[in-house]
Amino acid sequence: MEKLIISPAPHIHSGDSVSKNMTGVIIAMIPALLASLYFFGLGALIVTLTAVAACMLFELLIQKYILKGPVTILDGSAAVTGILLAFNLPSNLPIWMIIVGALVAIGVAKMSFGGLGNNPFNPALVGRVFLLISFPVDMTTWPVVAPLTMNYLDAETGATVLGILKEGSASLPAIKDMVIGNIPGSIGEVSAIALLIGLAYMLFRKIITWHIPVSILLTVALFAGILYAVDPETYASPLVHLFSGGLMLGAIFMATDYVTSPMTFRGMWIYGVGIGLLTVIIRTWGAYPEGVSFAILIMNGFTPLINFYVKPKRFGEKPNKA
Amino acid sequence: MKTFRIGGIHPAENKFSAGQQIKTAALPKQAVIPLAHYIGTPSEAVVKRGDLVKVGQLIGQANGFISANVHSSVSGKVSKIDVQLDASGYKRPAVFIEVDGDDWLETIDRSRDIKRECALSKEEIIEKIKSAGIVGLGGATFPAHVKLMPPPGKKAGVLIINAVECESYLTCDHQLMMEHGEEILIGVTILMKALQVERAIIGVENNKKDAIHHLKKLAANLKGIEVEALKVRYPQGGEKQLIDALIRRQVPSGKIPVEVGAVVQNVATTYAIYEAVQKNKPMIDRVMTITGKDAPNPGNYRVRLGTYLSSVVEEAGGVPAGTGKIVGGGPMMGRSLMNLNIPMAKGSSGVVFLRDEESIRKPVQNCIRCTKCVTVCPMGLEPYLLMAQSERNMWPEMEADRVMDCIECGSCSYTCPSNRPLLDYIRFGKSTVGGIIRSRTAK
Amino acid sequence: MLPDLDQIVFIKAMNVVLISLLTLGVIGAVAAMILFVVAKKFHVFEDPRIDEVEAALPAANCGGCGFPGCRGFADACVKSDELGDLFCPVGGNDTMAKVAAILGKTAVVQAQKVAVVRCDGTCEHRPRLNEYDGVKHCFIAHNLYSGETNCSWGCLGFGDCEISCEFDAIKVNPETMIPEVDDAKCTACGACVRACPKLLIELRKKGPKGKRIYVGCRNEDKGHITKKACDVGCIGCAKCFKVCPHEAITVANSLAFINDDICKLCRKCVEVCPTNAIKEINFPPRKPKVEPVAETIEA
Repeated sequence: MEKLIISPAPHIHSGDSVSKNMTGVIIAMIPALLASLYFFGLGALIVTLTAVAACMLFELLIQKYILKGPVTILDGSAAVTGILLAFNLPSNLPIWMIIVGALVAIGVAKMSFGGLGNNPFNPALVGRVFLLISFPVDMTTWPVVAPLTMNYLDAETGATVLGILKEGSASLPAIKDMVIGNIPGSIGEVSAIALLIGLAYMLFRKIITWHIPVSILLTVALFAGILYAVDPETYASPLVHLFSGGLMLGAIFMATDYVTSPMTFRGMWIYGVGIGLLTVIIRTWGAYPEGVSFAILIMNGFTPLINFYVKPKRFGEKPNKA
Repeated sequence: MKTFRIGGIHPAENKFSAGQQIKTAALPKQAVIPLAHYIGTPSEAVVKRGDLVKVGQLIGQANGFISANVHSSVSGKVSKIDVQLDASGYKRPAVFIEVDGDDWLETIDRSRDIKRECALSKEEIIEKIKSAGIVGLGGATFPAHVKLMPPPGKKAGVLIINAVECESYLTCDHQLMMEHGEEILIGVTILMKALQVERAIIGVENNKKDAIHHLKKLAANLKGIEVEALKVRYPQGGEKQLIDALIRRQVPSGKIPVEVGAVVQNVATTYAIYEAVQKNKPMIDRVMTITGKDAPNPGNYRVRLGTYLSSVVEEAGGVPAGTGKIVGGGPMMGRSLMNLNIPMAKGSSGVVFLRDEESIRKPVQNCIRCTKCVTVCPMGLEPYLLMAQSERNMWPEMEADRVMDCIECGSCSYTCPSNRPLLDYIRFGKSTVGGIIRSRTAK
Repeated sequence: MLPDLDQIVFIKAMNVVLISLLTLGVIGAVAAMILFVVAKKFHVFEDPRIDEVEAALPAANCGGCGFPGCRGFADACVKSDELGDLFCPVGGNDTMAKVAAILGKTAVVQAQKVAVVRCDGTCEHRPRLNEYDGVKHCFIAHNLYSGETNCSWGCLGFGDCEISCEFDAIKVNPETMIPEVDDAKCTACGACVRACPKLLIELRKKGPKGKRIYVGCRNEDKGHITKKACDVGCIGCAKCFKVCPHEAITVANSLAFINDDICKLCRKCVEVCPTNAIKEINFPPRKPKVEPVAETIEA
C-alpha cells in the first residue's frame, strides 16, 4: 500500500458478518426443512421455494427501484425471512397467497421501516398473520403427513393437535409422533427434534444465546404444568403444549430474531416469559387454537420498552465479597 | 480456571515472537526523548542546548502530582529542545541528544548480579521509584508511584501484578518473565513492602504456561506471592477486569482499585522498579515486541527510550512488503502510526505490522441488533446504544448510560458483524461527556 | 291496528339514530366543557409581542443568535430592556430594525458577516501522507490524530461544516477537499464555526460588495515546519505586518491575523505574501499596471 492506513483502534476484527450469521441460521433450519420435505413431500418444496424466491425478489426490487440504495439480498436476511415464512404455512397453500405473504413480510413489515435492522416486528410473522387473518380457511386446513407425497394442492387434510384440543373432535396423537413430526401442521413446525438440532447448532456457533428459547419453553412448561395440575380434564398436559403447534419453531427461530428481540439477558428473560405466558393464554382461552405468532408479535411490540428500562448488569454493581 | 465475569472476547493470539530471546537494540545516533506522556502533565526540561549528559541523568523534572521524571537514555550532547511529532501527529516537547559513546552515571549498578536484599523503608522505596520516573508500562503510562500512595483512609490489602498480556501479537512481558523472573519477584517483594501488604498475586494468562511454571517454581519459597493462571480472555489486562478475575471484587463505577483494596502494577513495571530500587537505574529503556504475520524477524528487543522506531524496525528486518498499517502497541488498543519517525516512549510496548487486507475496515452495515456488543462488553454497557446517542449528540443520556465506565477495549467494534465503528463514536462521546463533567465540577 | 312491518323497522331505525345522536351529543358537550374549564384554568399569559417578533424573524431556527430557535430569541428580545447584543445573523439589520420597531427599542446596527475558511490546504498544496480509514467525520478523526497531512492545524476535509449548515452554504469541494462558502447563501449563523474541530472557520465582515481579505491559514508552527507541510501556509514572516499601512495585521505564534475592523482592503499584504496565504475574495482582477509593483517587491 502506498500510504499507511490510519484508523482508530481496534485494528483487528473478528471477521463475523451479517451474512455469516444469516447463513448460520439457514444451516440451522436445514434439519427442519428436510423433515418437512419428508413429511409433506412436493408441497413443502413448492411452498418453501416460492416463499424464498418471492422474498428475495421483493427485497431486490424494493432496494433497487424504490429505495434506490445498495442491494443487499445476498446477506441472506431475505432468504431467512422466506424460509421462516414458508415454515409457518401449510404445505397446500396456493402459490399466489404465498407471494402475497412474502410481499407483506418484506415490503410492509421490513422495507417500509428502513430494511434490515429497523423493523419492529418479525417480518415472517407479520406475513403469516396477515395471511391467517385474510385467508383463514386456507391457512388452517392442514395436510396430513404423507411421506414423500407428490400431492400439492389436493393433499388430504386433517386437524392439528391444537385444533383437536380446541374442538375436542378426535383423540390426540402420541407424544412420540409430535416429537418426530408425524402430525399435521405448518411445514416447519411439526418436527420438534429437527428444530432442536437447529437450536443446538445455533448455540454451538454462538449465533444466538440460550436465554430466549429456554425462557419461552420453560414458561410454557411451567404455566401449562400448573394448569394441568389443577385440572387435567380441561387443560392439556405441558408435553402436548411443548411439542405441538409452532411453539418450538417460534421459540427457536422466530422469537430469537435479532432485530425484534431485546438487547440484554435480563430483557430476554422478560421477553421470553411474556411470550410463554401469552402463548398458553391464547391457546387455552383465546379464539385461535394457536397463539405463538401473536404472542411473539405482541412481545416484539414491547421490545423497545424492555430495551429502554432493562439495562445489562453493569460492572461494579455486584456486591463484593469481603 | 479464573477469568473476569462480564463479557470478553478471544481474538486470534498470533504470538509469533513468543520464546524469542530479548535482543538489545543498537545504540541510536540521535535520541529524541519525549517530555510528555499520554497521561499526566509534561515534565519540564532541566537541561539546555549544548549540555553534556550521561546515561541516567535527569533531563526532565516531574511537573505536578501526576507526572514523571524523564532521564537521558544515552550519553552525549543536547542538540536542542524542540517539538517532535508524537504518534497522533501532534507536536510534543522533546529533548534531542546527539549520542556520543555510552557513558553511564557512576551510581547505576550495571552488573548482572541479582541483588536480593532491600533494607529501604516504605517512604524511601516510593521516593526512589518516583525519582526514577517509572510509569505503568502496560500502555497507559500512569506514574507508578502515584498508585503506591493510596488516598488517605484507603488501605491496600493485596498487590496484583498484571502479567496477563492479553493483547494478541505482543510477547514482551512474557519474555521478560522468562528471562528475569527472579528480578520480577524481588520487585514484587519491594512493592509489597512499599504498600505494606502481606499478599501479592501474579495473574498470567494460560497461554504462557512456561512462564507460569517458571514463576511458580521461583515463588515457591517466597511468602505471600501467588502465581495464578487465568483463562485466556481479552481484555483481562484491564485493571478492573484483572481484579475481578483474581479476587472476585468489582471496582465500582468511577472509583479506583484501592477502593476494593487492590493495587495493580504491570509486570514490566515491576521489573523496572526492581532495577530502580536495587540497581539505581532510572527508566531509560524497555522491552518491546516487533512482530506481524509477515515480519521477517518477529522478536523482543530492549530499546533505549528516544530511539526512533524506524531504526529499531530496521534492525528487526524492516517493514515487510504489503504492510497496510503499522500499529504502535497491541492491535486492540494500540495506535496506528503515520510513519516510523516517532521516538520510542515509555509506553511503547510493540510495533505490529498488519497486512493490506487486514488494514482496511469493511463497509458498515445497518445494526441488526444481534446483542453481540452488549454480550462482549466487559463493563456491562450497551455499545450499540451509546453509539446511537453519540451520533445524535445525546450527552446527558450517554452519561446516564455510563459511558464514562468504558475502558475503550474495542471488544464491541471487534465483534460487530455489521462492522459498525462503535468504539469510534463511543470514544468521542466519552471525551465530550468527560469535558462536560469536568466543567460542571469546576463550577 | 297493528303497524305493518315497514313501520316497525322504520321506528327501530329512528331509535338507533336518535340514541346515537344523543350519546354523541352528550359526549361532545361534556368534552367541550372539560376543555373549556382546562383552557381557562391552565391559561398561561404570554406576551403577544413574542408572536409578533417571531413572525418578523426568518424562522430558520438555526441557533445562530445563541438561543434555542427563533421563538427563544423573540422571547429574549421582548424580555430584555435593550436589544444590545441581541442580533439575528440570518435576518441581519433589516430584521433587527423590524424587531426594534415592534418593541419600540433600538437595534444596534452590525456589519454583515460571512463565514471564511482559514485553510487552503488543497491536495495540490498539501500532500496527503496517510489514509484515514475511520468514521468519515472531522470530529472523530480529530479525536484520533492530526490528519492525513503533515499540517496538524489544517482542514481534515470530511465536511462536518457541510453537515452542520442548514442553509446549504458551505460545501466541501470534492477535488480540493476544502470547504467553500457560498456568499449568497451564508447567513453567518455560526453553525459551521462550532462544528469545525480545528477551529478553522471564522465569521468576518462581509465587506463592501463582499470584498474581504483574510489569512487563509491557522498554522501556528514555526515557519520551516509549516513550509514543509503546506505550500500556502502562513510562515509568520511578518512581511504583511510591515507593509500594512493601517496597522490592521498582527503576527503571533508564527501566524498573521488581519483585524477586519481596521482593514481598509488595500491589498498590499496580498501582494507581499511569499506563500500566497493571504486570500482576497470578490475583488476585480488586478489591473496590469499594478503588477510591476508586485514584481519589484517579490524581487
